[in-house]
Amino acid sequence: MAAKPVLYYFDGRGKMESIRWLLAAAGVEFEEVFLETREQYEKLLQSGVLMFQQVPMVEIDGMKLVQTRAILNYIAGKYNLYGKDLKERALIDMYVGGTDDLMGFLLSFPFLSAEDKVKQCAFVVQKATSRYFPAYEKVLKDHGQDFLVGNRLSWADIHLLEAILMLEEKKSDALSGFPLLQAFKKRISSIPTIKKFLAPGSKRKPISDDKYVETVRRVLRMYYDVKPN
Amino acid sequence: MSGKPVLHYPNSRGRMESVRWLLAAAGVEFEEKFLEKKEDLQKLQSDGSLLFQQVPMVEIDGMKLVQTRAILNYIAGKYNLYGKDVKERALIDMYVEGMADLYELIMMNVVQPADKKEEHLANALDKATNRYFPVFEKILNHGHDFLVGNKLSRADVSLLETILVVEERKPDALAKFPLLQSFKARISNTPNIKKFLQPGSQRKPPLQEKDIPSLMAIFH
Repeated sequence: MAAKPVLYYFDGRGKMESIRWLLAAAGVEFEEVFLETREQYEKLLQSGVLMFQQVPMVEIDGMKLVQTRAILNYIAGKYNLYGKDLKERALIDMYVGGTDDLMGFLLSFPFLSAEDKVKQCAFVVQKATSRYFPAYEKVLKDHGQDFLVGNRLSWADIHLLEAILMLEEKKSDALSGFPLLQAFKKRISSIPTIKKFLAPGSKRKPISDDKYVETVRRVLRMYYDVKPN
Repeated sequence: MSGKPVLHYPNSRGRMESVRWLLAAAGVEFEEKFLEKKEDLQKLQSDGSLLFQQVPMVEIDGMKLVQTRAILNYIAGKYNLYGKDVKERALIDMYVEGMADLYELIMMNVVQPADKKEEHLANALDKATNRYFPVFEKILNHGHDFLVGNKLSRADVSLLETILVVEERKPDALAKFPLLQSFKARISNTPNIKKFLQPGSQRKPPLQEKDIPSLMAIFH
Protein backbone atom coordinates (compact mmCIF):
# COMPACT_ATOMS: atom_id res chain seq x y z
CA MET A 1 0.00 0.00 0.00
CA ALA A 2 1.48 3.29 -1.03
CA ALA A 3 1.79 5.92 1.66
CA LYS A 4 -0.18 9.10 1.08
CA PRO A 5 1.77 12.12 -0.17
CA VAL A 6 2.69 14.53 2.63
CA LEU A 7 2.64 18.27 1.95
CA TYR A 8 4.93 20.56 3.94
CA TYR A 9 3.79 24.19 3.88
CA PHE A 10 1.94 26.86 5.77
CA ASP A 11 -1.73 26.48 6.60
CA GLY A 12 -2.71 28.65 3.67
CA ARG A 13 -2.78 28.83 -0.11
CA GLY A 14 0.49 30.32 -1.31
CA LYS A 15 2.42 28.14 -3.73
CA MET A 16 1.01 24.88 -2.37
CA GLU A 17 -2.62 25.48 -3.31
CA SER A 18 -2.25 24.40 -6.95
CA ILE A 19 -0.72 21.16 -5.71
CA ARG A 20 -3.69 20.54 -3.39
CA TRP A 21 -6.05 21.19 -6.31
CA LEU A 22 -4.23 18.77 -8.60
CA LEU A 23 -4.04 15.95 -6.05
CA ALA A 24 -7.69 16.45 -5.13
CA ALA A 25 -8.81 16.47 -8.75
CA ALA A 26 -6.82 13.26 -9.30
CA GLY A 27 -8.68 11.72 -6.35
CA VAL A 28 -5.48 11.35 -4.33
CA GLU A 29 -5.74 11.65 -0.55
CA PHE A 30 -2.87 13.49 1.08
CA GLU A 31 -1.63 14.60 4.48
CA GLU A 32 -0.29 17.98 5.50
CA VAL A 33 2.36 19.21 7.91
CA PHE A 34 1.84 22.91 8.61
CA LEU A 35 4.76 25.21 9.37
CA GLU A 36 3.86 27.18 12.44
CA THR A 37 7.08 28.06 14.26
CA ARG A 38 10.56 29.21 13.38
CA GLU A 39 12.00 26.30 15.35
CA GLN A 40 10.07 23.80 13.29
CA TYR A 41 11.35 25.40 10.09
CA GLU A 42 14.95 25.43 11.30
CA LYS A 43 14.64 21.77 12.21
CA LEU A 44 13.45 21.02 8.69
CA LEU A 45 16.35 23.00 7.27
CA GLN A 46 18.89 21.17 9.40
CA SER A 47 17.47 17.78 8.49
CA GLY A 48 18.36 18.46 4.87
CA VAL A 49 14.98 17.56 3.43
CA LEU A 50 14.53 20.92 1.71
CA MET A 51 16.85 20.80 -1.29
CA PHE A 52 17.01 24.58 -1.73
CA GLN A 53 15.95 25.39 1.83
CA GLN A 54 12.46 26.24 0.69
CA VAL A 55 8.88 25.03 0.81
CA PRO A 56 6.67 23.75 -0.81
CA MET A 57 8.02 20.26 -0.25
CA VAL A 58 6.05 17.09 -0.96
CA GLU A 59 7.04 13.61 0.15
CA ILE A 60 5.77 11.33 -2.56
CA ASP A 61 6.87 7.91 -3.83
CA GLY A 62 10.02 7.92 -1.75
CA MET A 63 11.10 11.36 -2.98
CA LYS A 64 11.21 14.68 -1.16
CA LEU A 65 10.22 16.91 -4.06
CA VAL A 66 10.68 20.66 -3.96
CA GLN A 67 10.02 23.36 -6.57
CA THR A 68 6.34 23.80 -7.24
CA ARG A 69 6.61 23.12 -10.96
CA ALA A 70 8.56 19.90 -10.44
CA ILE A 71 5.93 18.67 -7.99
CA LEU A 72 3.03 19.60 -10.26
CA ASN A 73 4.68 18.04 -13.34
CA TYR A 74 5.24 14.80 -11.43
CA ILE A 75 1.67 14.57 -10.14
CA ALA A 76 0.19 15.45 -13.53
CA GLY A 77 2.33 12.82 -15.24
CA LYS A 78 1.66 10.14 -12.67
CA TYR A 79 -2.13 10.57 -12.72
CA ASN A 80 -2.57 10.92 -16.48
CA LEU A 81 -3.43 14.60 -16.44
CA TYR A 82 -0.54 15.65 -18.69
CA GLY A 83 -1.79 14.80 -22.17
CA LYS A 84 -1.11 11.78 -24.32
CA ASP A 85 2.04 12.94 -26.15
CA LEU A 86 4.66 15.68 -26.39
CA LYS A 87 2.45 18.05 -28.37
CA GLU A 88 -0.46 17.82 -25.94
CA ARG A 89 2.00 18.33 -23.12
CA ALA A 90 3.28 21.46 -24.86
CA LEU A 91 -0.25 22.87 -25.02
CA ILE A 92 -0.88 22.01 -21.39
CA ASP A 93 2.42 23.61 -20.36
CA MET A 94 1.53 26.76 -22.30
CA TYR A 95 -1.92 27.05 -20.77
CA VAL A 96 -0.69 26.28 -17.25
CA GLY A 97 2.07 28.86 -17.75
CA GLY A 98 -0.55 31.51 -18.40
CA THR A 99 -2.73 30.67 -15.39
CA ASP A 100 0.42 30.39 -13.29
CA ASP A 101 1.44 33.92 -14.30
CA LEU A 102 -2.08 35.17 -13.59
CA MET A 103 -2.36 33.54 -10.17
CA GLY A 104 1.22 34.61 -9.52
CA PHE A 105 0.05 38.22 -9.45
CA LEU A 106 -2.07 37.32 -6.44
CA LEU A 107 0.61 35.44 -4.48
CA SER A 108 1.91 38.51 -2.71
CA PHE A 109 -1.56 40.04 -2.31
CA PRO A 110 -2.04 39.14 1.38
CA PHE A 111 1.27 40.84 2.20
CA LEU A 112 0.41 44.20 0.64
CA SER A 113 -0.77 47.34 2.38
CA ALA A 114 -4.48 48.14 2.11
CA GLU A 115 -3.76 50.81 -0.49
CA ASP A 116 -1.53 48.53 -2.57
CA LYS A 117 -4.16 45.79 -2.39
CA VAL A 118 -6.61 48.04 -4.21
CA LYS A 119 -4.06 48.75 -6.92
CA GLN A 120 -3.02 45.13 -7.28
CA CYS A 121 -6.62 43.97 -7.44
CA ALA A 122 -7.31 46.32 -10.35
CA PHE A 123 -4.09 45.22 -12.04
CA VAL A 124 -4.91 41.51 -11.82
CA VAL A 125 -8.50 41.93 -12.96
CA GLN A 126 -7.32 43.97 -15.93
CA LYS A 127 -4.79 41.32 -16.90
CA ALA A 128 -7.33 38.55 -16.48
CA THR A 129 -10.03 40.18 -18.57
CA SER A 130 -7.84 41.64 -21.30
CA ARG A 131 -5.08 39.04 -21.70
CA TYR A 132 -5.74 35.66 -20.11
CA PHE A 133 -9.48 35.00 -20.17
CA PRO A 134 -9.74 35.99 -23.85
CA ALA A 135 -6.96 33.50 -24.68
CA TYR A 136 -8.72 30.58 -22.98
CA GLU A 137 -12.14 31.60 -24.30
CA LYS A 138 -10.63 31.44 -27.80
CA VAL A 139 -9.06 28.02 -27.21
CA LEU A 140 -12.45 26.66 -26.19
CA LYS A 141 -14.19 28.42 -29.08
CA ASP A 142 -11.74 27.19 -31.70
CA HIS A 143 -12.15 23.48 -30.93
CA GLY A 144 -15.60 23.51 -29.36
CA GLN A 145 -14.64 20.77 -26.90
CA ASP A 146 -15.36 20.44 -23.21
CA PHE A 147 -11.72 20.48 -22.11
CA LEU A 148 -8.77 22.65 -23.05
CA VAL A 149 -6.56 19.87 -24.45
CA GLY A 150 -7.16 16.53 -26.12
CA ASN A 151 -10.88 16.33 -25.43
CA ARG A 152 -10.28 15.05 -21.92
CA LEU A 153 -9.58 16.42 -18.46
CA SER A 154 -6.03 17.58 -17.90
CA TRP A 155 -4.00 19.65 -15.49
CA ALA A 156 -4.71 22.70 -17.70
CA ASP A 157 -8.44 22.53 -16.94
CA ILE A 158 -7.92 22.17 -13.20
CA HIS A 159 -5.45 25.05 -13.10
CA LEU A 160 -7.76 27.29 -15.12
CA LEU A 161 -10.69 26.59 -12.82
CA GLU A 162 -8.52 27.47 -9.83
CA ALA A 163 -7.54 30.75 -11.51
CA ILE A 164 -11.13 31.60 -12.44
CA LEU A 165 -12.34 31.10 -8.87
CA MET A 166 -9.48 33.19 -7.48
CA LEU A 167 -10.34 36.03 -9.85
CA GLU A 168 -14.02 35.81 -8.98
CA GLU A 169 -13.07 36.27 -5.34
CA LYS A 170 -11.68 39.64 -6.40
CA LYS A 171 -14.42 40.54 -8.92
CA SER A 172 -17.51 38.40 -8.81
CA ASP A 173 -18.44 39.09 -12.44
CA ALA A 174 -14.92 38.55 -13.80
CA LEU A 175 -16.29 36.06 -16.33
CA SER A 176 -18.91 38.35 -17.83
CA GLY A 177 -18.20 38.51 -21.52
CA PHE A 178 -16.78 34.98 -21.52
CA PRO A 179 -19.72 32.61 -22.04
CA LEU A 180 -17.60 29.57 -22.86
CA LEU A 181 -15.53 30.05 -19.71
CA GLN A 182 -18.73 30.33 -17.69
CA ALA A 183 -19.92 26.99 -19.05
CA PHE A 184 -16.41 25.56 -18.56
CA LYS A 185 -16.42 26.64 -14.93
CA LYS A 186 -19.76 24.92 -14.26
CA ARG A 187 -18.69 21.78 -16.07
CA ILE A 188 -15.30 21.34 -14.40
CA SER A 189 -16.67 22.27 -10.97
CA SER A 190 -19.15 19.44 -11.18
CA ILE A 191 -16.57 16.73 -11.79
CA PRO A 192 -16.98 14.55 -8.65
CA THR A 193 -13.45 14.87 -7.24
CA ILE A 194 -13.42 18.61 -7.86
CA LYS A 195 -16.94 19.08 -6.53
CA LYS A 196 -15.80 17.37 -3.33
CA PHE A 197 -12.75 19.64 -3.10
CA LEU A 198 -14.99 22.70 -3.50
CA ALA A 199 -17.33 21.61 -0.73
CA PRO A 200 -16.77 22.67 2.91
CA GLY A 201 -14.54 20.35 4.93
CA SER A 202 -12.03 19.70 2.13
CA LYS A 203 -8.34 20.56 2.24
CA ARG A 204 -8.89 23.60 0.05
CA LYS A 205 -7.59 26.68 1.87
CA PRO A 206 -9.45 29.98 2.27
CA ILE A 207 -8.14 33.37 1.15
CA SER A 208 -5.03 34.18 3.15
CA ASP A 209 -5.66 36.46 6.11
CA ASP A 210 -3.48 38.48 8.49
CA LYS A 211 -2.79 35.44 10.63
CA TYR A 212 -1.32 33.66 7.61
CA VAL A 213 0.84 36.69 6.78
CA GLU A 214 2.07 36.93 10.36
CA THR A 215 2.94 33.22 10.44
CA VAL A 216 4.86 33.31 7.16
CA ARG A 217 6.82 36.40 8.21
CA ARG A 218 7.64 34.93 11.60
CA VAL A 219 8.69 31.52 10.29
CA LEU A 220 10.67 32.66 7.24
CA ARG A 221 11.77 36.06 8.54
CA MET A 222 10.99 37.44 5.11
CA TYR A 223 8.30 39.37 3.19
CA TYR A 224 8.12 42.34 5.52
CA ASP A 225 8.11 44.91 2.75
CA VAL A 226 6.33 43.55 -0.27
CA LYS A 227 5.51 45.79 -3.20
CA PRO A 228 2.79 45.31 -5.81
CA ASN A 229 3.56 44.63 -9.51
CA MET B 1 11.18 27.82 -45.38
CA SER B 2 13.66 25.56 -43.78
CA GLY B 3 11.72 23.73 -41.08
CA LYS B 4 14.16 24.98 -38.50
CA PRO B 5 12.71 26.36 -35.29
CA VAL B 6 12.32 30.15 -35.39
CA LEU B 7 12.90 32.14 -32.22
CA HIS B 8 11.08 35.45 -31.77
CA TYR B 9 12.71 37.72 -29.18
CA PRO B 10 14.90 40.80 -28.90
CA ASN B 11 18.60 40.37 -29.70
CA SER B 12 19.48 39.73 -26.07
CA ARG B 13 19.61 36.91 -23.54
CA GLY B 14 16.58 37.51 -21.39
CA ARG B 15 14.18 34.60 -21.22
CA MET B 16 15.18 33.17 -24.58
CA GLU B 17 18.79 32.37 -23.75
CA SER B 18 18.06 29.03 -22.06
CA VAL B 19 16.13 28.02 -25.18
CA ARG B 20 19.13 28.87 -27.36
CA TRP B 21 21.36 26.82 -25.06
CA LEU B 22 19.09 23.79 -25.15
CA LEU B 23 18.65 23.79 -28.91
CA ALA B 24 22.39 24.23 -29.36
CA ALA B 25 23.16 21.39 -26.92
CA ALA B 26 20.74 19.19 -28.83
CA GLY B 27 22.57 20.04 -32.06
CA VAL B 28 19.49 21.72 -33.54
CA GLU B 29 20.02 24.64 -35.90
CA PHE B 30 17.59 27.48 -35.44
CA GLU B 31 16.73 30.87 -36.90
CA GLU B 32 16.02 34.08 -35.03
CA LYS B 33 13.72 36.99 -35.79
CA PHE B 34 14.80 39.82 -33.54
CA LEU B 35 12.33 42.30 -32.13
CA GLU B 36 13.97 45.68 -32.47
CA LYS B 37 11.17 48.13 -31.88
CA LYS B 38 7.71 48.23 -30.38
CA GLU B 39 6.07 47.81 -33.78
CA ASP B 40 7.74 44.40 -34.16
CA LEU B 41 6.05 43.18 -30.96
CA GLN B 42 2.75 44.79 -31.90
CA LYS B 43 2.74 43.05 -35.26
CA LEU B 44 3.16 39.65 -33.60
CA GLN B 45 0.42 40.53 -31.12
CA SER B 46 -2.04 41.66 -33.73
CA ASP B 47 -1.59 38.68 -36.03
CA GLY B 48 -2.47 36.29 -33.19
CA SER B 49 0.95 34.69 -32.94
CA LEU B 50 1.35 35.24 -29.21
CA LEU B 51 -1.12 33.37 -27.03
CA PHE B 52 -0.62 35.77 -24.10
CA GLN B 53 0.74 38.71 -26.13
CA GLN B 54 4.24 37.93 -24.89
CA VAL B 55 7.58 36.65 -26.08
CA PRO B 56 9.52 34.34 -26.00
CA MET B 57 7.73 32.63 -28.84
CA VAL B 58 9.19 29.73 -30.80
CA GLU B 59 7.79 28.41 -34.05
CA ILE B 60 8.49 24.68 -33.99
CA ASP B 61 6.79 21.65 -35.54
CA GLY B 62 3.79 23.65 -36.71
CA MET B 63 3.21 25.23 -33.29
CA LYS B 64 3.73 28.77 -32.07
CA LEU B 65 4.88 27.96 -28.56
CA VAL B 66 4.98 30.60 -25.83
CA GLN B 67 5.86 30.33 -22.12
CA THR B 68 9.52 29.58 -21.62
CA ARG B 69 8.93 26.37 -19.66
CA ALA B 70 6.56 24.98 -22.29
CA ILE B 71 9.17 25.65 -24.95
CA LEU B 72 12.02 24.12 -22.95
CA ASN B 73 9.95 21.10 -21.88
CA TYR B 74 9.02 20.40 -25.50
CA ILE B 75 12.56 20.68 -26.81
CA ALA B 76 13.96 18.58 -23.95
CA GLY B 77 11.35 15.89 -24.53
CA LYS B 78 11.76 15.85 -28.28
CA TYR B 79 15.55 15.58 -28.18
CA ASN B 80 15.82 13.08 -25.32
CA LEU B 81 17.27 15.48 -22.79
CA TYR B 82 14.51 14.94 -20.23
CA GLY B 83 15.43 11.66 -18.52
CA LYS B 84 14.13 8.18 -19.18
CA ASP B 85 11.11 8.06 -16.84
CA VAL B 86 8.91 10.18 -14.56
CA LYS B 87 11.28 9.90 -11.61
CA GLU B 88 14.30 11.08 -13.59
CA ARG B 89 12.13 13.85 -14.95
CA ALA B 90 11.18 14.85 -11.40
CA LEU B 91 14.86 15.15 -10.45
CA ILE B 92 15.63 17.11 -13.61
CA ASP B 93 12.69 19.42 -12.99
CA MET B 94 13.79 20.08 -9.41
CA TYR B 95 17.33 20.92 -10.46
CA VAL B 96 16.29 23.02 -13.44
CA GLU B 97 13.72 25.01 -11.46
CA GLY B 98 16.26 25.71 -8.72
CA MET B 99 18.75 26.97 -11.28
CA ALA B 100 16.05 29.05 -12.96
CA ASP B 101 15.45 30.81 -9.64
CA LEU B 102 19.16 31.63 -9.36
CA TYR B 103 19.42 32.69 -13.00
CA GLU B 104 16.41 34.97 -12.62
CA LEU B 105 17.98 36.61 -9.56
CA ILE B 106 21.19 37.36 -11.46
CA MET B 107 19.28 38.47 -14.56
CA MET B 108 17.16 40.87 -12.54
CA ASN B 109 20.20 42.61 -11.08
CA VAL B 110 20.64 44.83 -14.10
CA VAL B 111 17.18 46.38 -13.67
CA GLN B 112 17.50 47.10 -9.94
CA PRO B 113 17.50 50.76 -8.88
CA ALA B 114 21.05 52.10 -8.65
CA ASP B 115 21.09 52.28 -4.85
CA LYS B 116 19.92 48.66 -4.49
CA LYS B 117 22.08 47.03 -7.16
CA GLU B 118 25.13 46.15 -5.12
CA GLU B 119 23.16 44.63 -2.25
CA HIS B 120 20.97 42.71 -4.66
CA LEU B 121 24.00 41.27 -6.45
CA ALA B 122 25.66 40.33 -3.18
CA ASN B 123 22.51 38.47 -2.17
CA ALA B 124 22.32 36.65 -5.49
CA LEU B 125 25.97 35.60 -5.33
CA ASP B 126 25.54 34.53 -1.72
CA LYS B 127 22.64 32.31 -2.78
CA ALA B 128 24.75 30.88 -5.59
CA THR B 129 27.61 29.88 -3.31
CA ASN B 130 25.61 28.91 -0.22
CA ARG B 131 22.30 27.61 -1.48
CA TYR B 132 22.58 26.35 -5.04
CA PHE B 133 26.14 25.31 -5.88
CA PRO B 134 26.55 23.16 -2.74
CA VAL B 135 23.50 21.14 -3.80
CA PHE B 136 24.92 20.33 -7.20
CA GLU B 137 28.42 19.69 -5.84
CA LYS B 138 26.83 17.13 -3.52
CA ILE B 139 24.82 15.51 -6.31
CA LEU B 140 27.99 15.05 -8.37
CA ASN B 141 29.39 12.98 -5.51
CA HIS B 142 27.65 10.08 -7.23
CA GLY B 143 30.75 10.03 -9.40
CA HIS B 144 28.95 10.12 -12.72
CA ASP B 145 29.71 12.62 -15.44
CA PHE B 146 26.15 13.98 -15.57
CA LEU B 147 23.63 15.09 -12.97
CA VAL B 148 20.88 12.56 -13.76
CA GLY B 149 20.79 9.05 -15.12
CA ASN B 150 24.40 8.93 -16.21
CA LYS B 151 23.56 10.72 -19.45
CA LEU B 152 23.44 14.31 -20.67
CA SER B 153 20.16 16.03 -19.87
CA ARG B 154 18.80 19.55 -19.83
CA ALA B 155 19.81 19.72 -16.16
CA ASP B 156 23.49 19.61 -17.15
CA VAL B 157 22.98 22.25 -19.84
CA SER B 158 21.13 24.45 -17.38
CA LEU B 159 23.79 24.04 -14.70
CA LEU B 160 26.60 24.95 -17.08
CA GLU B 161 24.68 27.98 -18.32
CA THR B 162 24.05 29.10 -14.74
CA ILE B 163 27.67 28.56 -13.66
CA LEU B 164 28.92 30.72 -16.53
CA VAL B 165 26.45 33.50 -15.78
CA VAL B 166 27.49 33.55 -12.12
CA GLU B 167 31.17 33.53 -13.06
CA GLU B 168 30.62 36.60 -15.22
CA ARG B 169 29.83 38.46 -11.99
CA LYS B 170 32.19 36.52 -9.70
CA PRO B 171 35.05 34.80 -11.52
CA ASP B 172 36.03 32.64 -8.54
CA ALA B 173 32.48 31.47 -7.82
CA LEU B 174 33.51 27.81 -8.15
CA ALA B 175 36.57 28.10 -5.89
CA LYS B 176 35.13 25.80 -3.23
CA PHE B 177 33.52 23.35 -5.64
CA PRO B 178 36.03 21.00 -7.29
CA LEU B 179 33.41 18.67 -8.74
CA LEU B 180 31.58 21.59 -10.33
CA GLN B 181 34.86 22.79 -11.79
CA SER B 182 35.47 19.48 -13.52
CA PHE B 183 31.79 19.32 -14.49
CA LYS B 184 32.11 22.71 -16.12
CA ALA B 185 35.19 21.66 -18.08
CA ARG B 186 33.64 18.38 -19.12
CA ILE B 187 30.27 19.71 -20.27
CA SER B 188 31.86 22.71 -22.00
CA ASN B 189 33.86 20.24 -24.07
CA THR B 190 30.95 18.23 -25.41
CA PRO B 191 30.97 19.02 -29.15
CA ASN B 192 27.65 20.87 -29.52
CA ILE B 193 28.21 22.99 -26.44
CA LYS B 194 31.82 23.67 -27.31
CA LYS B 195 30.64 25.07 -30.63
CA PHE B 196 27.99 27.20 -28.93
CA LEU B 197 30.62 28.66 -26.59
CA GLN B 198 32.78 29.85 -29.45
CA PRO B 199 32.60 33.30 -31.05
CA GLY B 200 30.20 33.45 -33.97
CA SER B 201 27.55 31.25 -32.33
CA GLN B 202 24.04 32.42 -31.52
CA ARG B 203 24.89 32.75 -27.85
CA LYS B 204 24.17 36.28 -26.68
CA PRO B 205 26.50 38.50 -24.59
CA PRO B 206 25.55 39.86 -21.15
CA LEU B 207 23.14 42.77 -21.16
CA GLN B 208 24.83 46.17 -21.12
CA GLU B 209 23.29 49.13 -19.29
CA LYS B 210 23.30 51.15 -22.51
CA ASP B 211 21.05 48.62 -24.22
CA ILE B 212 18.34 48.72 -21.57
CA PRO B 213 16.43 51.77 -22.86
CA SER B 214 15.88 50.35 -26.34
CA LEU B 215 14.81 47.02 -24.83
CA MET B 216 12.37 48.74 -22.52
CA ALA B 217 10.96 50.69 -25.46
CA ILE B 218 9.88 47.45 -27.12
CA PHE B 219 7.80 46.38 -24.14
CA HIS B 220 6.52 49.61 -22.62
